[in-house]
Amino acid sequence: MSGSLRRLTALVRKETYQILRDPSSILIAFVLPLILLFLFGYGVSLDATRTRLGVAVEEMTPLTQDLAASFQASRYFEVKLGRDRRDFEGALVVGEVRGIVVIPQTFASDFTAHTHPQIQVIVDGTDPNTASFVQNYVQGVVATWMKQRASETQAEPPGINVEQRFWFNPELTSRNFLVPGSIAIVMTLIGTLLTALVVAREWERGTMEAMMATPVTAAELLAGKILPYFILAMTSMTLCVLVAVFLFGVPFRGSLLALYAISAAFLLPALGQGLLISAATRNQFLASQLALLSAFLPAFLLSGFLFEIGSMPTIIQWISAIVPARYLIPSLQTVFLAGDIWPLLLRNIAIMLLAGVVFLGLAGRSTRKRLA
Amino acid sequence: MSEDFVRIEGVSKAFGSGAPALDQISAAIKGGEITGLVGPDGAGKTTLIRLMTGLLLPDSGTLTVLGFDTRREAARIQAAIGYMPQRFGLYEDLSVQENLDLYADLRGLPQAERAAVFDELLSFTDLKRFTQRLAGKLSGGMKQKLGLACALLKKPRLLLLDEPGVGVDPISRRELWKMVKDLTSEGIGVVWSTAYLDEAEACTSVLLLNQGKLLFTGPPAELTQRVDGRVFKVTGIEGRRRPLLASLLDRPGVLDGVIQGEAIRIVTDAGASQDVLREGEGTKVIPAPPRFEDAFVDLLGGGPGGRSKLAEATQTQTDADTHVIEARGLTKRFGDFTAAQDITFDIKRGEIFGLLGPNGAGKSTTFKMLCGLLKPTAGEGRVAGFDLRRDTAEARNRLGYMAQKFSLYGDLSVAQNLDFFAGVYGLKGQHKRDKIKLVTDIFDFARYANQSAKDLPLGHKQRLALACAVMHEPEALFLDEPTSGVDPITRREFWTHINGLVEKGVTILVTTHFMDEAEYCDRISLIFRGKSIALGSPDELKGRVASPTNPDPTMEDAFIALVEGSEKEAA
Repeated sequence: MSGSLRRLTALVRKETYQILRDPSSILIAFVLPLILLFLFGYGVSLDATRTRLGVAVEEMTPLTQDLAASFQASRYFEVKLGRDRRDFEGALVVGEVRGIVVIPQTFASDFTAHTHPQIQVIVDGTDPNTASFVQNYVQGVVATWMKQRASETQAEPPGINVEQRFWFNPELTSRNFLVPGSIAIVMTLIGTLLTALVVAREWERGTMEAMMATPVTAAELLAGKILPYFILAMTSMTLCVLVAVFLFGVPFRGSLLALYAISAAFLLPALGQGLLISAATRNQFLASQLALLSAFLPAFLLSGFLFEIGSMPTIIQWISAIVPARYLIPSLQTVFLAGDIWPLLLRNIAIMLLAGVVFLGLAGRSTRKRLA
Repeated sequence: MSEDFVRIEGVSKAFGSGAPALDQISAAIKGGEITGLVGPDGAGKTTLIRLMTGLLLPDSGTLTVLGFDTRREAARIQAAIGYMPQRFGLYEDLSVQENLDLYADLRGLPQAERAAVFDELLSFTDLKRFTQRLAGKLSGGMKQKLGLACALLKKPRLLLLDEPGVGVDPISRRELWKMVKDLTSEGIGVVWSTAYLDEAEACTSVLLLNQGKLLFTGPPAELTQRVDGRVFKVTGIEGRRRPLLASLLDRPGVLDGVIQGEAIRIVTDAGASQDVLREGEGTKVIPAPPRFEDAFVDLLGGGPGGRSKLAEATQTQTDADTHVIEARGLTKRFGDFTAAQDITFDIKRGEIFGLLGPNGAGKSTTFKMLCGLLKPTAGEGRVAGFDLRRDTAEARNRLGYMAQKFSLYGDLSVAQNLDFFAGVYGLKGQHKRDKIKLVTDIFDFARYANQSAKDLPLGHKQRLALACAVMHEPEALFLDEPTSGVDPITRREFWTHINGLVEKGVTILVTTHFMDEAEYCDRISLIFRGKSIALGSPDELKGRVASPTNPDPTMEDAFIALVEGSEKEAA
């Protein structure tokens, strides 16, 4: 065995022992990912099913009762009926209902007179996501009801009939795109946070200094960190995919090749960032803070995981362009829900590899065999 | 003896904008001997060793190690040296064997030789029984030996040891010294950095550093020569010896003086007559063999005078013969580990009592129980008559506490620290302002008033920590490793204040792992593995182990003999 290979093997073996013996590595690599996955699989839902809604019917007529009944029949709402909007104002303020629909006294007469019957929708603007869901779904319910009335009474012909079709995620289940997205968060945790922590720990404990005073080279030191944590992150990712598919029933329409290719491409910048952070800080506390701020939070907020990038201010969109997770999350969602769309995947892989080269290059430059 | 292993030529190194860590150092280190790199904390020892490994580069000047330039040929140096950094560079979650395997691979020890080398090193370090134990679970002494074994795997030509004696018990320290000494007979060059001046004496040659400057290089005997015939022991003192020391120190012709058990050790100025030491009838002045520390103080221009303005400004506390600090069967267990077991002693008013022992022996645990920072598992402690469990607040108001490493608020300025600690100890209004002004004048803090405490030199930090602990004029003063790492002049100045305070009736409890410093105490308790294995005055304890072969044992000899004695008893 050549000297370099022997030293690298020794470093990888050492790191493996440390990972297996350190409860915090196991925690970050296996327990935390499962918690995240369960959180996004069961707990968090961005769907508007069973939103609590107050419906105030100011005048009880067969017509208004029929409209109220169609709100009750909707599977998106859990409806409370009332006679006045004031019945629900307090409930809206404290969040017991997410919106109020007011069917005014004039509704029935306007409807029969064909003079633009109006209803009022009041929503809580502090939660824009829910507010716009409520608004849209209320419009949907009303439109459907109007169409039905029209066809029943054979009155004026219906206008343009919009028929919606959602491809790839026909039930619009948010779990189906949240779970693949959270796998990207998991890989960020292992690739950047854990790696930054373990390297900073070596500086703190003085083992890095002892290593450097041996014939080992800086490249071997870096590779000795990258390899084990690459494998650890891939293992953890595999576990997450198995849980996603077999426990949460998230469809997997792409190939394993594509899955591993995009994951591997993402780990290069993630690991490079972790190594760069630890080389710059040499301190576990600072390293963890920096890793959370520069990798974990952007992966959460600026990657399209929870918030649509297209609806962000332009400057934020530019910033998001340098967040590697931004390229991983759509790729993962594609592989899970759509299949191997290679043009998209290859483009993202290329960008992630480029980011990887930059980060690893910087990490390599800052990890010379020097103490100061 | 042989060619130079290390050549240091005009080397300077600075970090940031402050004073340089090393300033124009030129020296040579030879093979086949132990070279001591000696100096207080912050002298530049670690920086110089790192420069030799090639892990740091000098700002100016050149270092040649084993014929290779550290700038251009660092890799070749690193292939030929063994280096043990402070804290030994071990992986605590790997076993002894796994640490050895790792370093064997990194150093390129051929597979065929391994079995023999491991066997030799494991018997050499007496670690054979522990190969499967995790390095983190080893005692300090065992870690140190494993660190040494890892550095020796591929027989280095030059072995660099950064403060290998810190934090280990004196027995392990002696064993390590012997091992390293054996290596030199094979021609290996050893650099041993240390802040202990007694270790310096045992080296073949030394580089004495202080504040980044090289004060001396050569055999230690050559340095001690300069005080030959100027060192005396004043014995048979009637009455209290501390006021006598203070008076002696202020006489012209007296360069340095410290308490040494019942006696006083004095260094006179060159050319001064020993007549300046003459005292009453009973006292005798006898010449003493000079020590490295005497010469170091001489080189630095002598110690401070004997007056303590701090003590002069302190009110005398009366009613002597009461016990100010009492420990009764103090025991502390953490889980199934007993950190301190059945510790019992009384300290009279105006007495200095020392807890002596290596790191991890249980000194600080005992100490913290007595100032109410830790609740004892069993037993009780009293300060000024107040039970620490029931009257914690009263007890605490009567004590001053100076923590290890001089725990100040690093980001607060000197003035803010004084203000804060005065407030914490309950000083208010005019009284508080007067006290702060007083210590500011005594310790000359005005120049530093607005500087952050963390940026102060170590000696000033120590002064500030002392000032913070005594402003409220406590009856009992607790000092945890108060002079660890400071230079001998600063240490003397500190003890001048303590000696003065004691004469005013302040009671002192001090922990230390410096064997020499123990001799400044009236009585000491030797703490080892959580137990007090001996209690008495320094002279008594040394007397217990005196033998025909060693009629005048050092404190370290006494410690080792007493530990071994207690182990035999237990066995």
